[in-house]
Amino acid sequence: MGSPIIELASVDKTFESRAGATEALRAISLAVDAGEFVSVIGPSGCGKSSLLRIVGDLVEPSAGAVRVKGKSARQARLDRDYGIVFQTPVLYDWRTVLENVRLPLELAGRPRVEREERPPALLRLVGLEEFGGHYPWQLSGGMQQRVSIARALALNPSILLMDEPFGALDEMTRERLNQELLQVCAETAASVLFVTHSIAEAVFLSTRIVVMSPRPGHIDRVVTVDLPHPRVDKTRAHPRFFELVTEVRQSLREDPGLAAGHTRPGESG
Amino acid sequence: MNSTRDDQAAARPRRALHSLAVIVAIAVIWEAVKTLFALPSYQLPHLHEIAADFLREGAGGERWLWIMTQNAGYTALESLIGFALGGVTGLVLAMTFAHSRWLERGLLPYVVASQTVPILAIAPMVVVWLGTSWFSKAVIAAYLTFFPVTVNMSRGLRAVDPDALALMRALAASSRQIFFKLRFPAALPYLFTALRISATASVIGAIVGELPVGSRFGMGVVIINAAQYYNWRPANLWAAILVSALIGIGFYQAIAALERRVVSWSRTAPAV
Repeated sequence: MGSPIIELASVDKTFESRAGATEALRAISLAVDAGEFVSVIGPSGCGKSSLLRIVGDLVEPSAGAVRVKGKSARQARLDRDYGIVFQTPVLYDWRTVLENVRLPLELAGRPRVEREERPPALLRLVGLEEFGGHYPWQLSGGMQQRVSIARALALNPSILLMDEPFGALDEMTRERLNQELLQVCAETAASVLFVTHSIAEAVFLSTRIVVMSPRPGHIDRVVTVDLPHPRVDKTRAHPRFFELVTEVRQSLREDPGLAAGHTRPGESG
Repeated sequence: MNSTRDDQAAARPRRALHSLAVIVAIAVIWEAVKTLFALPSYQLPHLHEIAADFLREGAGGERWLWIMTQNAGYTALESLIGFALGGVTGLVLAMTFAHSRWLERGLLPYVVASQTVPILAIAPMVVVWLGTSWFSKAVIAAYLTFFPVTVNMSRGLRAVDPDALALMRALAASSRQIFFKLRFPAALPYLFTALRISATASVIGAIVGELPVGSRFGMGVVIINAAQYYNWRPANLWAAILVSALIGIGFYQAIAALERRVVSWSRTAPAV
């Protein structure tokens, strides 16, 4: 394989505002190999969302270099190498579920056959083939987020950027969608950068977990998840699963700024 | 969970019944007030007097129902043209403002100022400039129409969810695509709110435009004449007011119906 698919070298980010400058990220260096599932975990305000947006060229880094597939992040974005999923589904109200999934294909000017055939196939992939004609508001939160995942996969991106996609869902829905996401990823072979503040979710999904602490956001440590694949319900009962959860939790606790590090679902990092 | 369209269809006869009940209630209150305070007809005519006025023959031998209908049609047409003219002007301004903060800062004060000048003061000038034909009335109607559209639509074009924009950016959408596939459809509910306000405002504009001397057709002319002979035939003015109101209501309903069709995806589309 050779070089990593995503490579950040000494990335800093400082937000300037009237109230003064806020240092969001400091000296972030990270390499993600093709096919990896890397989670970024940390409390609110640790800059994990900013990190994701820098990789996706939605935010400019203040310093440092970002290479994606050997290109600049901007070039990768223009080449449509990214599929993106936000904490909220961000579906367009005026489009049906099917039309929402079709949006990336329209924007990329894909041929008609593909625009007709791909969206139903994607909906089948996330188990919503019967809901193509519905409008987003007619679906539950979990279903909406599945639509948004289907949309992110529309152009067969090599990189999936997911910003707390299941943060607003209840625990049971979240666990089911975690499972589904892994199946979907196995089929698409995309590399995933996944922001979360759920330790269990990070352990269950990832090949590696990047633990961050805030003010300014920096990488505390990286935990390699050596759980066997495929990950299934039983994985959550695996002794190693608990060990890893404990390990990540302790890394988070070690940060003195995190004594009360509980985050609500509505907040983003 | 499923479509509300069936529910709406089922609610239609019930809605018609509600409207009828309200009309009956207003009629009862009207007559009760007249009897209770012993109001003479020049202050408040009986409803049957107003109804009878529509059947009365005018100077030309035509019944007033027909005279009113013709004039109402004329006014409605002027309003409609003015509405279209103002709507397009408002849209263009809103798109300009959404495109450039700098232009908005420069132009918005004048747009606002234009609405603080009473339309009654401007109407005669417009008629002097453009003549007494339908066109000057349409321009005055447009003058009242464009403002709500400008203000609401420029807000709507800006009020886009930042993540919806980020999605477009992540998908490398062109600014053209962002406008037509995101900003414009997202702003449609704002546009229709403005259009509902403008629908009634355009009728007022057309009628005010008909008031200056020289106009020959329209509800404004009927109202002026009826006002002059009010002591003789008070019911005539009330009838004219009633017809003018009906134009506005019809116009509003037409826009609301269009809104239900176009933004059927919205949960906030008007029920009535």
